Amino acid sequence: MIGIEHYLTVAAALFVIGIFGIFLNRKNVIILLMSIELILLSVNINLVAFSSFLGDLAGQVFTLFVLTVAAAEAAIGLAILVCFFRNRGTIAVEDVNVMKG
Amino acid sequence: MLQADLNIILPEILLAIYAMLALIGAVYTGKDKLTAPLTWLTALVFVLMALWIGFSEVGETAFGGSFNADGFARFAKVAILLSAASVLVMGQEYLARRQVANFEYPVLVTLAVIGMMVMVSAGDLIVLYMGLELMSLSLYVVASLRRDSIKSTESGLKYFVLGSLSSGMLLYGASLVYGFSGTTLFSGIIEAAGEGHAPLGLLFGLVFMISGLAFKVSAVPFHMWTPDVYEGAPTPITAFFATAPKVAAMALFARVVHSAFGGITADWQQVIALISVLSMFLGSIAAIGQTNIKRLMAYSSITHMGFALMGLASGTAFGVQAMLIYMAIYIVMNLGVFAFILSMERDGQPVTDLSALNMYSTAYPGRALALLILMFSLAGVPPLVGFFGKFYVLRAAYDAGLVWLAVLGVIASVIGAFYYLRIVFYMYFGEANEPLDKPRSPLLFGFLMASAAIMLLGVVNLFGVEGIAQAASLTLVN
Repeated sequence: MIGIEHYLTVAAALFVIGIFGIFLNRKNVIILLMSIELILLSVNINLVAFSSFLGDLAGQVFTLFVLTVAAAEAAIGLAILVCFFRNRGTIAVEDVNVMKG
Repeated sequence: MLQADLNIILPEILLAIYAMLALIGAVYTGKDKLTAPLTWLTALVFVLMALWIGFSEVGETAFGGSFNADGFARFAKVAILLSAASVLVMGQEYLARRQVANFEYPVLVTLAVIGMMVMVSAGDLIVLYMGLELMSLSLYVVASLRRDSIKSTESGLKYFVLGSLSSGMLLYGASLVYGFSGTTLFSGIIEAAGEGHAPLGLLFGLVFMISGLAFKVSAVPFHMWTPDVYEGAPTPITAFFATAPKVAAMALFARVVHSAFGGITADWQQVIALISVLSMFLGSIAAIGQTNIKRLMAYSSITHMGFALMGLASGTAFGVQAMLIYMAIYIVMNLGVFAFILSMERDGQPVTDLSALNMYSTAYPGRALALLILMFSLAGVPPLVGFFGKFYVLRAAYDAGLVWLAVLGVIASVIGAFYYLRIVFYMYFGEANEPLDKPRSPLLFGFLMASAAIMLLGVVNLFGVEGIAQAASLTLVN
């Protein structure tokens, strides 16, 4: 029997993979965008699992909002990335270093 | 019923309609030629909205408690609208002379302001998230407004990646809170959390949400983006980042911890006290080595957020009042300082090096004196208004029994005084070098002088902010 714990475990695993993808990735900014998507999707799994577990619809409504915002976020992220690429000629993470901080 | 609800969020709806009309109107007519009138019109709309929200008496909550228009939200909204209007007006000329006056700029600022207004009114996790994202997504774009500059796009990219990460953490926390309390409404969460000790899952959610919010207020250890974004973004946009979004994020922080987790004060108090101490010390110490005035202001804002969080850490109504007063004073000081930074030019190019200020006082004694007053106020030197902001938060922490926090706050503000006074030192005793251009904008001069005058004259009664902030804090915490 697959219970709520299994869903939460999968979501937690995806969330952690997403976080590590952001901090350990040294190659490509696109991978950062993918990691961010992964984090948002892990949240969606959480929300849907809780929603079905609690028998409460609010979680699924929340999921739809998160999906919409994730799409907008990806669009804006890629647009900024394209502008950056035009100026810098590269999208390697180690080249995002004009300012040191 | 619906009519009453819609009446309560009428300002947000009207502002959203205005933003869309402005966008479509400008696209189909003059495009970038319309930037200047559009900027002024937007600032005017903001001021009218602020007056309307400030003086109207409407209902408290709408949509079953998911949207609050209480005194607390109204205080924050007025502060956000007025500071955004000032920033738009201040930066207009600067952007126009550098060919970055896109007509999208005032529209994006309007959208960000709508997001902030929704945020501070949130009474539900979904509303909180939507408001926060509307603000953040607009801010990512504004940060990289200067599309042909490496620095501006890089700052936008960094802001985007770290900002999305923080939204993700906040959202993960929100999903846990929803799961363990069974509702997204703050009024339901506070019941589920109960008094004393909350279930472990709820605490996990709370910690994730606090980290997400700490990102937005740029508190240590989530401050990494602040110096780079402040340095890379065009100066008027940096001025915007330093004022309105900070107020909104801090107000949202107070809203979440008090109206959703107000029953378990002891559980979040220590976390906020810790990030407050770290922000105050890291901001003060890291600012010492800076040579770029925009980076310096970034570390200064980290320090100030630490102080504002100290008010929040006390967990009392007085603490929220102290935080609101602190934020109000902070935005006035920052507007003045950025009005000064915007007018720093040499051969028509913006200069942000601190060394450019050497012997500034001989050429422009009046402006140097105004900046001196603002720097003393930022450092919290007693007769000025900045001191009272610090005094209130320190007293709030002391009254709540966090004596160690208050003591560390005093030590941090002494360390922080060093770098503010260093600017004053450069202006009055530095080695003379190539002078800056004669400042051309009387408007920026007006903002600088008005801000400095407020720092002096506000000593009398803080312009009544104290009473208003008290009323506002009592609607949140009772």
